[in-house]
Amino acid sequence: MNSFVLKNAQLSDGQIADIKISSGVIAEIGSNLSAETQIDCAGLIALPGFVDLHTHLREPGYEASETVLTGTQSAALGGFTAVHAMANTDPVADTAGVVEQIRSLGIEAGYVDVFPIGAVTVGLEGKQLAELGAMANSKAAVKVFSDDGKCVSDPLLMRRALEYVKAFGGVIAQHAQEPRLTVGAQMNAGVVSSELGLAGWPAVAEESIIARDVLLAEHVGSRIHICHLSTKGSVEIVRWAKSRGINVTAEVTPHHLLLTDELARTYDPIYKVNPPLRTEQDVLALREALVDGTIDIIATDHAPHPIEAKDCEWNAAAFGMVGLETAASVAQLVLIESGKSDWARLASVLSSKPAQIANDSEHGEIAVGRKANIAIIDPKVQRKIARATASKSLNNPYVDRELPGAVVHTIYNGRFTVKNGALQNKEEIA
Amino acid sequence: MKHLLSAADLTVDEIVAILDLSDEMALVNQRENRKLPTLRNKTVVNLFFEDSTRTRISFEIAAKRLSADLINFSAKGSSVSKGESLKDTVQTLAASGVDAFVVRHSASGAPFNLAHRGWIDTPIINAGDGTHEHPTQALLDAMTIRERIFGLGNTKGKTLNGIRVMIVGDIAHSRVARSNFHLLTTLGAEVHLVAPPTLMPGGFGIHKHYDFDDALQSVKPDVVMMLRVQLERMSASFFPSESEYHRTWGLTSERFYRLDEKTSIMHPGPMNRGLEISSIAADSAQSTILQQVANGINVRMAVLYSLISGEKVVSE
Repeated sequence: MNSFVLKNAQLSDGQIADIKISSGVIAEIGSNLSAETQIDCAGLIALPGFVDLHTHLREPGYEASETVLTGTQSAALGGFTAVHAMANTDPVADTAGVVEQIRSLGIEAGYVDVFPIGAVTVGLEGKQLAELGAMANSKAAVKVFSDDGKCVSDPLLMRRALEYVKAFGGVIAQHAQEPRLTVGAQMNAGVVSSELGLAGWPAVAEESIIARDVLLAEHVGSRIHICHLSTKGSVEIVRWAKSRGINVTAEVTPHHLLLTDELARTYDPIYKVNPPLRTEQDVLALREALVDGTIDIIATDHAPHPIEAKDCEWNAAAFGMVGLETAASVAQLVLIESGKSDWARLASVLSSKPAQIANDSEHGEIAVGRKANIAIIDPKVQRKIARATASKSLNNPYVDRELPGAVVHTIYNGRFTVKNGALQNKEEIA
Repeated sequence: MKHLLSAADLTVDEIVAILDLSDEMALVNQRENRKLPTLRNKTVVNLFFEDSTRTRISFEIAAKRLSADLINFSAKGSSVSKGESLKDTVQTLAASGVDAFVVRHSASGAPFNLAHRGWIDTPIINAGDGTHEHPTQALLDAMTIRERIFGLGNTKGKTLNGIRVMIVGDIAHSRVARSNFHLLTTLGAEVHLVAPPTLMPGGFGIHKHYDFDDALQSVKPDVVMMLRVQLERMSASFFPSESEYHRTWGLTSERFYRLDEKTSIMHPGPMNRGLEISSIAADSAQSTILQQVANGINVRMAVLYSLISGEKVVSE
């Protein structure tokens, strides 16, 4: 299928168009286009393929939870054409060798572009800068650096990292969590944690780091990205920083847009995640910030874990939940079904803006001459979420919830990775 | 009622029924033959994942007085990384035929998990989970308060309407405080909490005090319940020193002498004499500490009986 046309798809700006794809590239956008193969997309929405700035693929080291192959298959089913793989693997992605290995595993799998994120510090230990330049100049061409899972809590080290990556246009993505304020923390600190007797993770532990780091970014004239922002106070700090002209971008996860700490009352660690699920008030503030642009992007923080890591008491359980295959539905719920925003905004938060933050030049736009990285959505479907996904793990918090929208096709570099809702096997995408 | 997980789950009728049954058990315990045949051929497992002597022995005596077979199982810690998981442990034991588990665990919610995750289908009694709840402690405290307020033999059917109870100390980390707050409030008592701000949790009503002396003077409590202070709280900077804690939030001899002589003094044990409570108060006639221990056996007999025999405590 060297050349094909997507017929009568609705673009994110609302116009209906045909999209002609030849040799992996978008050849033409217009009306009455034709090719040997025509795919009817009437009633469907064509968006630039989604870009996840925050994915845990777990390989190398934790293949019982996920591999690059299974994680990217899950991503393709979610409409993604690129994912950024977090560095907390074993070995940690803190050298050129490891990031190149992850990059090549992604190419071998072939479902999405896998862009490795490099660790900021050696072994994620927060003591010494990793070889950021070597990772940037490697074949993996790393642009995003993060110790995610841990905070770069030392202010001097954070300052140096922010400054240093300017040499090659990199960005630090900070997991904002003051470690001393969250010793032993299990869930959001508040009335619910008091009642349940679970150690609290206070909002201030996130907000104080964000406040510090936007000031550091301003001081050294660097840009900074805030991972999984989760509180109302964090929104206010980022809003203030942007109004001051600080070069900050922020992400929110689908689960922080939908779920609250009330779910911890079940003591079911499927709802245990870091940062923790917050209150209804926080959820409302995050939604509003996503609509008004204070929060720039949705990133999944897809965090697979084996069954036994969740089939236990709360304190013993691992933090994290999967989310690649439900992210677009949560985005649709928050932006479209709410009546508060539009498909252009959804395309921005799930594709063009994350691509811009990470300098992923082949993603984020449906335009003539660009690589064909496209997600086709059926917005009218209501689907009940099943537990099992293409991910190797089952820690899915959305089971049995009704969510709007479904990914019908995903096109990565001009080839269908997902067609009519079904994952294509390797031979078909190769 | 299949499980006893949280004092917050209990209605006033259920609590009064358990307390009335506990009073009957107290009479049994005063007889020469203190053993009832009620739970013959039933197996109760004391599943203790955290050190405990007092509660474990109290449940053990209660089960044996009801003629149940009692097995003690102790394990330190439980997580996937440290040996057998909680799920595997209870499934293994349950497969051997168990009629009730009495569970003590350092993780808040562990008994709730055993009751509701579908791992086993056996009655669960929470004997203290992390910093969450310890419902039989609240029941024995309520039984003791009823006896002190109304007098032995005059407690049947009584609630604690209008009784003022002051709980003092590390409320934030106390499962005893949580269970007592819920249970005593349901019984109609007015529960006041006194703690340093660092150890006062969010929620839990409106009667909160940082000044013990002002609180004693303004509230005039019928009951003062002192909580055990863990010394590790001091190293974590919740308060500066033992002597400052004792002076500010301890039941010192001076505070004890200022109390009304009808005010009961309670402590769940084990006590740190000279820290949260002075010996003068602990050993006074107003102290209910040993009565609480005795009532522990009475309420645990009542709870085991209600959950295992299948007979309803509350008629519907």
